[in-house]
Amino acid sequence: MPLLTVEQLGKSYNTHTKVLRNVNFEVEAGEFVSIIGPSGAGKSTLLRCINRMVDIDEGAVIFNGADVGMLNKKELRTLRTDIGMVFQHYNLVPRLSVIENVLHGRFGYKTTLQGIMGRFTEAEKERAFYLLEKLGIAEHAYKRCNQLSGGQQQRVGIARALIQEPKIVLCDEPIASLDPKASTIIMDHLKSITVELGITCIVNLHQVEVARDYSDRIIGLREGQVVFDEMSYRLTEQRTDILYGTKSKPVTQVRELLTV
Amino acid sequence: MQATTYMKRRRDGRISLNSGNQVQHVMQMTILILTILTIVAFLFFDYTGLNFKKALVETAHNLQAMFLEPALSHFSWSEAFYQVGITLGLAFLATILGAIISFFLALAAAANLSKEWLSKTVRIVLAFVRAVPTVLWVLIFAIAAGLGSEAAVLGMLLHSIAYLVKAFSEAFEEVDKGIIEALRATGASWWHIVVHAILPSTFTYLTSWTFLRFEINFGVAVAMGAAAGAGGIGFELFMASGFYFDLREVGMITYMILLIAIILEVMSTFLKNHYFPETVKN
Amino acid sequence: MNENLVRIKRKNQTVIFIVVLTVFTYLSSVITDFNILHGIATLPEAIVWIFSNLVITEESLERLPTIVEKLIETILMSIAATTTATIFSLILGVMGSKTIGTSKALGVFARFVASLSRNIPVVAWALILLLSFGQNSLTGYLALFVGSVGFLTRSFIEVIDEASQSAVVALRATGATYVQIIGKAVIPECLPQMISWVLFMIETNIRNATLVGILTGTGIGYSFDLYYKTMNYPGVALVTISIVLAVILIELLSNHVRKVIL
Repeated sequence: MPLLTVEQLGKSYNTHTKVLRNVNFEVEAGEFVSIIGPSGAGKSTLLRCINRMVDIDEGAVIFNGADVGMLNKKELRTLRTDIGMVFQHYNLVPRLSVIENVLHGRFGYKTTLQGIMGRFTEAEKERAFYLLEKLGIAEHAYKRCNQLSGGQQQRVGIARALIQEPKIVLCDEPIASLDPKASTIIMDHLKSITVELGITCIVNLHQVEVARDYSDRIIGLREGQVVFDEMSYRLTEQRTDILYGTKSKPVTQVRELLTV
Repeated sequence: MQATTYMKRRRDGRISLNSGNQVQHVMQMTILILTILTIVAFLFFDYTGLNFKKALVETAHNLQAMFLEPALSHFSWSEAFYQVGITLGLAFLATILGAIISFFLALAAAANLSKEWLSKTVRIVLAFVRAVPTVLWVLIFAIAAGLGSEAAVLGMLLHSIAYLVKAFSEAFEEVDKGIIEALRATGASWWHIVVHAILPSTFTYLTSWTFLRFEINFGVAVAMGAAAGAGGIGFELFMASGFYFDLREVGMITYMILLIAIILEVMSTFLKNHYFPETVKN
Repeated sequence: MNENLVRIKRKNQTVIFIVVLTVFTYLSSVITDFNILHGIATLPEAIVWIFSNLVITEESLERLPTIVEKLIETILMSIAATTTATIFSLILGVMGSKTIGTSKALGVFARFVASLSRNIPVVAWALILLLSFGQNSLTGYLALFVGSVGFLTRSFIEVIDEASQSAVVALRATGATYVQIIGKAVIPECLPQMISWVLFMIETNIRNATLVGILTGTGIGYSFDLYYKTMNYPGVALVTISIVLAVILIELLSNHVRKVIL
């Protein structure tokens, strides 16, 4: 059974336009999947349907055997502890320290009171430091997040997702606000999450080259529909076609996908 | 899992999450001190002749009489409107005179238009002026020169000036340096720069701030009427509650004050949202 | 041509603006019986009077201990009113916030309560409470408390709505509860601004406490009223100076705190 199944998923924010239309795909445990497509194609919405940060209108998302759309409030909390999320703008609390922000990832496991009092076990704190060390930012552990560079903040974001001990990590444009050097570091770390820790990754990207270099599989999204869903190298072949100006039908689709 | 060299441990060996920066420290201390002072305050309050339960029930009854059965009994509606007019008039005079005086003082206080010693002197004098509560100014002027409404306006004027000079001079200081420099390069005099560069580029700010102060001054004028005998609706409020003990009249007067205050608030919120691009705090 | 028209239009607007203000000023002078010339003419006299009568004498200094005691009572009252109001305002502020409020109805309720307690002047609250609570510190405390709740709630709503909400989304995604999100993401982010407003409120309340004290017969306001009515002008001067010193001291302290935390 796949870890994640998306079945005929549909979503609209208003009555006229559908953001997602009849989206179907499956993700196996341990896969590294990129979702590419122009802005407005519905990539973010698709990702947010998986952990139900937005409500599902049509179809279903089955994660780890549970129908995400049917969960009650408490079950949804438990589900979210299994799903880590990394954001384009890092979404950290800027005034708090790195270590505090990382430990925020443990709230899903705690009662409200434990969370408010900031009661964390030694094992959790050790784990937080271990992750920061792995990500190469342990030296900044006690610094305020707004004193870090973008790339460093994104690593804090990744640590916050990993300390949840998730089964899957959803990354929404994780490198869109970063320079090339920092982007490489972040993508390397994300890749190693899958390779070393065996955690599934779904990454929204708009850089096709990056998607091709890092992912096992690429899903292309356009106007809310899946227009491409194959292993990464296949995109490479077709992309070559685009570069040489050959016009076959699936290629134009991909090209339109890329021009935006 | 290995321990990292960057980890801070508390004395009991547990890992510390306290980042130990000064900001955190000062905030914690501030909260702690305020909490202690609050507890001290409640211990040392003078509770003479207080029956809390009884007082609470009585207040509830009073509020009910005030707000659910408001009525005027000691004066007529036209008289009431006239008194509201007096309060608005006092507030208006203090604001408009304050704005005019503040404009000139703010020129002297603005760091980019004035000399340092002058700017500092103005600021220090105004800090003193602001430290004396308005009601004391009004009462002091009332005996000092035996004035009526002049004392009230004068007292309110001083605080209006302290408030507006701060706001105005900050607005002046935000005027683009380049504009001033360009005019100066053409050989324009200081007054030319003020009239043709500073005033046009800050005018909407100045009027908005002045209106915000008018809103505050309305409340102050009510207070001066009640506490310093400055007349107007505030004085009627004082009479109704302290002299006639007429709760229903107190209620009606409170409603009238509330109505005007809310109208003024709506207007100044509108101005704030339209003319202040960033949030401006007093 | 067009430019000329604009200029004429602007000139007309300025003229209208000035005329309206002049008319209002005139009407205000008439209704309040205010004579600006008379005011200016008597100003020198008033200043001379102040400098010759409001002097601290040795005799008045004997009253200093009583005055200091009343002053401390007033300061404590202002602080207590502000801090307790802060707790209520925090809850109302979260409820009234457009970005993190939970329900529209609660939001409207919070803003309504805030508006009511802010727009009814502190004097009105003081007079209302005086009727049933009588002449003691608690009356003054409650009057200041009610006004503070209104002001602080509005400020807190603004602070919360302006702060970045991105961390809220992230914490929701980790499965954190609503209260955890408020306590660990929203409050820490807004805390410096909030403390700054609380300090500002304390400063304001100390000044207002004098006013409330005159009306309710408590604290330093009562001392002032007493000396004022018995025409003990050295006493009046001493009370005034001690209030000034206290206000400036507290302003300096809170400016220092602000400098560090903001």
